[in-house]
Amino acid sequence: MKYVDEFRDGAVARGLAERLAAEVDPARTYSFMEFCGGHTHAISRYGIAELLPKNVRMVHGPGCPVCVLPIGRIDQAIALALDRGVMLCTYGDVMRVPASASAGPPPAGGDPLGGRAAQAPRGLSSESLSLMRAKARGADIRMVYSAADALKLAREHPDREVVFLAIGFETTTPPTALVIRQAAAENVGNFSVLCNHVLTPSAITHILESPEVREYGTVPIDGFVGPAHVSIVIGAAPYEHFAEEYRKPVVIAGFEPLDVMQAIVMLVRQVNDGRTEVENEFTRAVTRDGNLAAQQIVSAVLELRTSFEWRGLGEVPYSALKIRPAFAAFDAEKRFGLTYRSVADHKQCECGAILRGVKKPTDCKLFGTVCTPESPMGSCMVSSEGACAAHYSYGRFRDIPVVAAT
Amino acid sequence: MCLALPARIVALADADQAVVDLGGVRKSISVALTPEARVGDYVIVHVGHAIGLLDAGEAERTLALFAEMAAQQAQEGRAA
Repeated sequence: MKYVDEFRDGAVARGLAERLAAEVDPARTYSFMEFCGGHTHAISRYGIAELLPKNVRMVHGPGCPVCVLPIGRIDQAIALALDRGVMLCTYGDVMRVPASASAGPPPAGGDPLGGRAAQAPRGLSSESLSLMRAKARGADIRMVYSAADALKLAREHPDREVVFLAIGFETTTPPTALVIRQAAAENVGNFSVLCNHVLTPSAITHILESPEVREYGTVPIDGFVGPAHVSIVIGAAPYEHFAEEYRKPVVIAGFEPLDVMQAIVMLVRQVNDGRTEVENEFTRAVTRDGNLAAQQIVSAVLELRTSFEWRGLGEVPYSALKIRPAFAAFDAEKRFGLTYRSVADHKQCECGAILRGVKKPTDCKLFGTVCTPESPMGSCMVSSEGACAAHYSYGRFRDIPVVAAT
Repeated sequence: MCLALPARIVALADADQAVVDLGGVRKSISVALTPEARVGDYVIVHVGHAIGLLDAGEAERTLALFAEMAAQQAQEGRAA
């Protein structure tokens, strides 16, 4: 595919790896956080970790929308579908995120998707729901490719309440804003949106302000690989604040392996030169100002929430969006009088620490044993962009030393 | 979730819709977020919407930069 294949050339990647090896200072270490799950996935899938010099370490960040969605938000959606009888539409990635056991009525005659999950430790395990399991219990839950498909379902089923569970970072927000505006224009009375869109810059600030980074130094971060598709929408300018205020270099990079390699070379150069700038490797799609048409529609329909809970990060001030009062008729939270209840994660699940960059997937006792992509216990194992799913799919055999056959 | 792919616009239709070619697959998407997109342009498609245009000139420059870095490395490697 054009503009994809050229950015996956193995020979060029090896050239960039040699360049990187020649430029790193052997007397120091470098650790860079890739904020986005898209980068985490690329680093695992294309073996980029193997191409890096020993003293360059990548720390996985929280930029996986499915991973940071807290249990309480999934519970809200499940309750709407099971108790209020709505037709709940959402993106495929969200379907398997484990929710709490308390959401919805108890199962009659055991868990229909039992089996594997029955091995899980007590507390989460087979009693916990997900949208997929709620669907198996009879809830009307539909997987959609686009927000526009959810509105289409509402038009086709005027007798039903149709709710779109909207999640995602700035990349996915403009289509949600568009569909709300469209529903208002057409006066589709049976359509509403459960808005859980979150913001990248506030999450980066939160990580930089966290005690692990500021005080303890347990998560050393020398710079950030900045988001690819989020930056298409918001532009490069919003990161200038981090570079300046926190003295951390940021290099915005595309999601292909050569993009990531090049961005790491650029970060190493900034560190070596003592520079803390925002640089853009993904110039073929990202400008300084971003997509203004998309920004306009988002700000016309959505506004800042004063606070929002993130899985792993806790409450983060001004880190998410809600629907403006002018569009309240299409706000599922108002329409169904929903209140938010925070639910603690499974005790042994390390997703929280992994999302903050404090722990690696292999530090978790559940990793690869009771928690696998087929039967995830924590959110990082659900999406292919999650740190645990990426390591499980592409890296778990790296952890086992190679032993010669005797 | 943040998956987005570059696709070429083959036709523009009413109501901000367009048909794109994605490596041989034709798909109808919305171009409401990229009103400046024209037939022949490459757009980045995410959840059924074009979220931005792809700058062909910049893509060439980035690829040229990769090639240059790799060549520079090969040269210095020989010199060393």
